[in-house]
Amino acid sequence: MKFLRRFFIRLSNLAAGRRADQRLREELAEHLAFQTEENLRAGMSPAEARRQAVLKLGGAEAIREDHHAEQSLPFIENLLFDLKYAARMLRRSPGFAFVAIATMALGIGATTAIYSVIDATLLHPLPYPNPSELVRIEDDLPGVGAQNVNVSVPEWKDLENSGIFQNVALDYFNSGNLTGSEQPTRIALKGVTPNYFAMLGVGAQLGRTFDPGDNTPGVILEVVISDGLWKRAFGADPRILGKTVRLDNDVYQVVGVMPPGFRDPGQTSEERNTELWYPGGFTAVPFPPPLRNSRFWTASARLKPGLSMAAAQAHLDALVDALKKQYPADYPAQEAWTVRLVPLSESVVGSVRQSLILLFGAVGFVLLISCVNVANLLLARASARGHEIAVRQALGAQRTRLIRQFLAESLLLFLLGGLAGIAILFSIGKFLLRLVPESLPHMNDISVNWGVLAFALAVSVAVGTVFGLAPAWLISRYDVNGTLRQEGRGSSGTRERSRTRQILVVSELALSLVLMVAAGLLLRSFWDLFKVPLGFNPSRAMTIETWLPYPNDPKTDIYSTATQEAVMLREVLRRNRTLPGVEETAVGDRAALPLGHRKDDRNLSPLIREGQDVQSSQPPLIDTSIVSPEYFHLLGMTLLRGRLFVDQDLQDTPSIAVINQAAARTYWPNQDPVGKRVRLRAEKPDWTTVVGVIADARTESLADASIPQVYLDIYQRPSRDLAFFLRGQLDPSAISEQVREQVQAVDAELPVFRAETLNEVLSTSLSVRRFSMEMVALFAAAALLLAGLGIYGTISYLVNEQRREIAIRLALGAQRGTILKMVLRQGLTLAAAGAGVGLVGALIVSHLMAGLLFGVSSNDLPTFAGVTVVLTAVALAASCIPALTAMRLDPITTLHSE
Amino acid sequence: MKDKPDVLQGTLALMVLKTLDVLGPQHGYGIARRIEQISGDILVLNQGTLYPLLLKLEHEGSIASQWGASDNNRRARFYRITAPGRKQLETETSDWERTAQIIERFFNVKAEELP
Repeated sequence: MKFLRRFFIRLSNLAAGRRADQRLREELAEHLAFQTEENLRAGMSPAEARRQAVLKLGGAEAIREDHHAEQSLPFIENLLFDLKYAARMLRRSPGFAFVAIATMALGIGATTAIYSVIDATLLHPLPYPNPSELVRIEDDLPGVGAQNVNVSVPEWKDLENSGIFQNVALDYFNSGNLTGSEQPTRIALKGVTPNYFAMLGVGAQLGRTFDPGDNTPGVILEVVISDGLWKRAFGADPRILGKTVRLDNDVYQVVGVMPPGFRDPGQTSEERNTELWYPGGFTAVPFPPPLRNSRFWTASARLKPGLSMAAAQAHLDALVDALKKQYPADYPAQEAWTVRLVPLSESVVGSVRQSLILLFGAVGFVLLISCVNVANLLLARASARGHEIAVRQALGAQRTRLIRQFLAESLLLFLLGGLAGIAILFSIGKFLLRLVPESLPHMNDISVNWGVLAFALAVSVAVGTVFGLAPAWLISRYDVNGTLRQEGRGSSGTRERSRTRQILVVSELALSLVLMVAAGLLLRSFWDLFKVPLGFNPSRAMTIETWLPYPNDPKTDIYSTATQEAVMLREVLRRNRTLPGVEETAVGDRAALPLGHRKDDRNLSPLIREGQDVQSSQPPLIDTSIVSPEYFHLLGMTLLRGRLFVDQDLQDTPSIAVINQAAARTYWPNQDPVGKRVRLRAEKPDWTTVVGVIADARTESLADASIPQVYLDIYQRPSRDLAFFLRGQLDPSAISEQVREQVQAVDAELPVFRAETLNEVLSTSLSVRRFSMEMVALFAAAALLLAGLGIYGTISYLVNEQRREIAIRLALGAQRGTILKMVLRQGLTLAAAGAGVGLVGALIVSHLMAGLLFGVSSNDLPTFAGVTVVLTAVALAASCIPALTAMRLDPITTLHSE
Repeated sequence: MKDKPDVLQGTLALMVLKTLDVLGPQHGYGIARRIEQISGDILVLNQGTLYPLLLKLEHEGSIASQWGASDNNRRARFYRITAPGRKQLETETSDWERTAQIIERFFNVKAEELP
């Protein structure tokens, strides 16, 4: 306490500039007067009395210094003095200051920008209490090659009773029609078990969440809504609780509103934007019968406190083994059923982790290069200030004091650079955010907050210290005599410094080569993906979605059969064809949307082949899409064998399917699949006949051409999540309204949403890839520029050092061309060394990022060669200017001036 | 100077506090003189060192100071001990006494007294 009190008083004295000199002077004068008087009384002469008094008091200057040191804080005072001096030095060389600050602003600004993305995604992925306890539970069936196949209700009950978890909640993501307001809207919603919010540990801002003890087997007619929906659809009505909403024609009561910052922990951005949750028991109508292998639900859980992931997984493995023994029929050995725990944070951000780490690595390189560049500039400036430093040393300045002084200068530079970087980031943040793909988790949470600012400042100080200390140390090792005598020419300190500068430039070149190789490989991957033959034609095509209500009571369902739905679909399609510009129309389910759709849109069905898998309860799973007959022609997919769907295929005619080549190859190798019969639902006995085979198309994934697919006829197998396909001369801005009118003319309660051209979908599906490619390319360009500046600076410096030597050579008759070659050779040597080191680094990095590449090998020769050529060219170009200066050196003036 | 010891680091503060505690408010010269007198003139202060110490004690809150008039009506800065200063004096006195006791025991120890 005493210490603190003293510290704060001194600090406030320092801040206020309060000085105690006057008081001390008066006190000392008094003291001397008292002592002199006493000495006089003791019988000394006045002069002697005074002299003795002064002697007894001690050195006045030392006392004053001690007194001043006590009054204020000498360390901070010195630091402030150093900073003031540093600021004066920077003002004296504004060109140097500008270049250094701009370089650091680039480095720190870019690093901070990427850090703010990482801060929002990887570092704070879950805005829930004790997020490390939260896990996703995923079933795998490695025996049949199926991953993450969700969880069934009996399994959920076993998990709840296992003692591993505090809560296990089921949910399924869905859409619903919110009706009653002026326009039916389709909103993202989730059916959840009543313990869902208890599991997440988040309460409502208004009202309550669901009662975890509620054991209703079917749907409970309550909803909790998001803050966004509350404000948008209900005008933030404070009396919302107890009011009713209509969802897919069912009436629910609003019981709670979630707080503004709440986000659902979904795996896709769409799911994370869930706006409404309703509870259910998942065991009775409208839920399907709770069979062990009806795995429809996503499961998340909160681990018991203190239980580690590994321990929990071990308990879980034991449980799985026991269950397999208990229910051998449900868990056949060939499936090899396992249950896996994944940290919830991982399942939220796992997909972009690699891209973000790559970006952070890339931006780290840029930061390093900018630091190296500034360190280089500092060194160069040190030679210019050699004289000043030597004089100060000769006058008795301590080395530590000099180092501290130089450190203060570089810290000031780096801090100003950091502040400039942050300022730029603030001013163009909005623009930068537009580059970030929307599919990035927590995209909306990206902001420059205090944590990010602290990060930027910490980085500035850290790199300022590291990269300021080295030059400061080298500078302080000046040979005083040599420098004063001949301005450092030929002294050992200079040689050491120019060696350091060369090493710095080589590392800069190496770093930028690594970045350029990374960018080159990403660019080639992206280009290959972009240019890949799609197998379907996206141009001039659009999709617009709707959603048919799915009421809990089947009696109120007006679309319960394919025939009922077909009437509506045919009418909408007929009307759509009359719209301006429309040439073709089709309809399908969401799974039929090419690319860019969510993971759960991949509708996987068990494929039971007649005569092959009838006995096995575990057939392979296959991607299933439901489409109308016009779909294939509209998307330009080619029929290879058999036939496509026709208008005569109806609910009461035999069930038919079309498969793609990959499915034919995989499931009927060396056979004609046309005419084969399959069953796509274990519980339904009727057979579906394969009538046609189409060519493979990259509708599931751009990177993978041969994913087996089966297509069913929408007039035989109805679907609720619908997408209308249109092709023609379409006006994307108007078409949404036009289709809405047509759809709502048939059923006024249907929402119409998300009109997208297929080209947009295609481009969105590449957005994360494009983002990381663009960013890395940007960073690589910045790195190349900085490295070019670095090599330019170093060669200029070398030429300047050697100007005497060059002048002598010229005077002795050397050809100017030889001088040019000599300097260029120096530049080339640096470039070659940099390229050599860089190529090794690039090989390591390219292998680390192999997972992000497509269609190009990690050690792609053209990329490596091209990048090396570019780097060498830049190095040569940068050496050209100083080389020309050297060549044009006038030997007479140079030698005279020395 | 051999027979006139310097003041041990840290003990000067204790002496200042004790002087102010016993004699009431004093100016700097008075404190210096009193310390020399009490020590029987064995202790010679480099009197000037007192002033940074007084400032430190004041920053720590153990003493307070203000301008006043001295006996012969001159303007002088008077220091007085504060309540926290008295508490500090108490604890430091007992600490010092304990240390002194221990040291004394060591000085008086004889080999045959040890078990």
